[in-house]
Amino acid sequence: MEGKRIRVLIAKPGLDGHDRGAKVVSLALRDAGMEVFYSGLHRSIDEIVAIAEQEAVDVIGLSIMSGAHLPICERLMERLKEKDMSDVHVAVGGVISKDDVPKLEAIGANGVFPGGTRFDVIVHSIRSWF
Amino acid sequence: MGVARYEKNDKDAIEEVIYQSGIKVKPVYGPKDLEEIGFDYEKDLGDPGQYPFTRSLHPQGYRSRAWTTRQYTGFGTPQESNERFKYMIAHGQTGLNVAFDLPTQMGYDSDSPNAEGEVGRVGMAVDSLRDFEIAFEGIRFDSIGSGLTINAVASIMLAMYQAVAEKFGYAKEQISATPQNDILKEMIGRGAWIFPVEPGVRLVCDAVEYSVKHLPRCNPVSICGYHIRESGANPVQEIAYAFEIARAYIDNLKDRGLSPDEFVGRFSFNLNVYGNLWEQVAKFRAARKLWARMLKEDYGVSDKKNLYLRGLFGGGGSGLTKEQPENNIIRGAYYALAAALSGAQTTALCSFDEAYTIPTPRAALLSLRTLEILMEEVGLRDTVDPLAGSYFIETLTKEMEERIIAEMRRVQDMGGMVHAVSEGYIQREVARQAYEFEKSIQNGEVTKVGVNKYVEGEQPDVELHEYDDSWARTQIARLEELRRTRDHREVVRSLKTLEQAARSGGNVMPALVDCCRAYATVGEMTGVFRDVFGEWSEPRLF
Repeated sequence: MEGKRIRVLIAKPGLDGHDRGAKVVSLALRDAGMEVFYSGLHRSIDEIVAIAEQEAVDVIGLSIMSGAHLPICERLMERLKEKDMSDVHVAVGGVISKDDVPKLEAIGANGVFPGGTRFDVIVHSIRSWF
Repeated sequence: MGVARYEKNDKDAIEEVIYQSGIKVKPVYGPKDLEEIGFDYEKDLGDPGQYPFTRSLHPQGYRSRAWTTRQYTGFGTPQESNERFKYMIAHGQTGLNVAFDLPTQMGYDSDSPNAEGEVGRVGMAVDSLRDFEIAFEGIRFDSIGSGLTINAVASIMLAMYQAVAEKFGYAKEQISATPQNDILKEMIGRGAWIFPVEPGVRLVCDAVEYSVKHLPRCNPVSICGYHIRESGANPVQEIAYAFEIARAYIDNLKDRGLSPDEFVGRFSFNLNVYGNLWEQVAKFRAARKLWARMLKEDYGVSDKKNLYLRGLFGGGGSGLTKEQPENNIIRGAYYALAAALSGAQTTALCSFDEAYTIPTPRAALLSLRTLEILMEEVGLRDTVDPLAGSYFIETLTKEMEERIIAEMRRVQDMGGMVHAVSEGYIQREVARQAYEFEKSIQNGEVTKVGVNKYVEGEQPDVELHEYDDSWARTQIARLEELRRTRDHREVVRSLKTLEQAARSGGNVMPALVDCCRAYATVGEMTGVFRDVFGEWSEPRLF
């Protein structure tokens, strides 16, 4: 993907409205030269996948603070598969315990970034996928 | 997190100190500084209890009465909440502060697909009056007041509170409820909004107007600079935005023909205490003064008690770290000190484990003890506004005041808070600041002990609050039974009346009380509003 800007959708699924992390990471990825789309709050998985499809993003970053990251991430993976969009990379951020990191990776998340992860680590990981 | 930036030379001497608000602090202050700002005791401070209340709302401050404290509770189903409420009252608490789960806050019934996995998770699940009957069973409405932490559908919860009190034999004049009811701050931070900005503000003001006319003991709005700060705003913006939000509500109520003297005494504030100690103290002193002055000069408010900046100064959540969590005990004590030195009327403190889990009872008790030690052991009640007259504090208070005024003007120049939030100006500004702040922590420009300096040991993991699936099953079963057994015609009739009130532009509160009495659900009432008002589409982040 040399020379092409990486396109990222930062998405907030569900009812939780704490979006400081999602917004801050959106700004950091944008400063790192990526094309960033921010979904806004209260999105369903179907809406998130629809935006991802329409904007032809390379990465979906889910921001989840409610603790429901495992079922939400599973549902996203299923929808991506159904829509033949399995080439889209998935990152998950938010309140995530150490034990859940390998579980998210097993579901198919390419990167897991618990709250407090440095911006350069996130940027470096995402770049390494392309 | 919110501490100052210190620029040092190679000998570790501090060359420059810059507060989060952008104020540069000098190494020494003296009489000349007071001269330069034209310090005038009567005009700038006044005696405690006198306009403009910079020093205190009351002539003797904590000598006559210590601050009051409030804990935030409510989880699971109404039964669990009721048990907890009774426990807290039995242990001396004189007021309840009720937390609602996200489906309730967002106007969905527990059996809605949108509620899946969230029923009872972060607070109590409420679908109908039946749930309030269970939750408040045995509570004395004439002596126990309730804070209701809900915003987009605060009008519905206030109506339901009146309906349940009536059911238990209390007159509406006896009840004391404080719904948070501040939708504009939900749109800037916290995010539990539903309807577009203008109908959102209308619902807030419907609840205020109704309370002014019919619920003499209710304080129908609590304006939250707190969450705006937690979302990334600096202390100057916290106050300026809170006051401009208040202005939006005041203007709406004035347009209904109410006089500000009739209602501003019912407004209260929820403000944050974390960050640099001096900056917080100066912020609160400046805020008391500016609020009184704004009401007097811009709105002609004349009754002295209506000029008080009432409310809770506390919390400090985003100052806490999950790294080295015991450090948060120390931080909490200093944040509480800031609140005490500022003359906080009411306070509460986040618990030290709150950065990684729902607080344990032991941690919550430590927070309470921290507050008690300040008031009863180390001397914070001794004299009112002890920092008054300090060259530094008075200069800083004046600088904060000027910056808050400038920030308020900026919002007015954007066309006022309703327009600024609709267009996303405020949200983008707050997000940009949160980003800059996070960068300054990551690159070490701002020190956070245990996070980017003095780092050691294994970091504790986050613990997620156990979620009990049975709460949702119990709640949904009761809702299904309600739908089978209630008088369906009454529900349809009352919802129809609600729709007419919503469309006509009249106050929706009487119709909401009627719907609650008929056991219409939160989802049904909100559904009427969703149909009439539509849903907000958030402005772009960039």
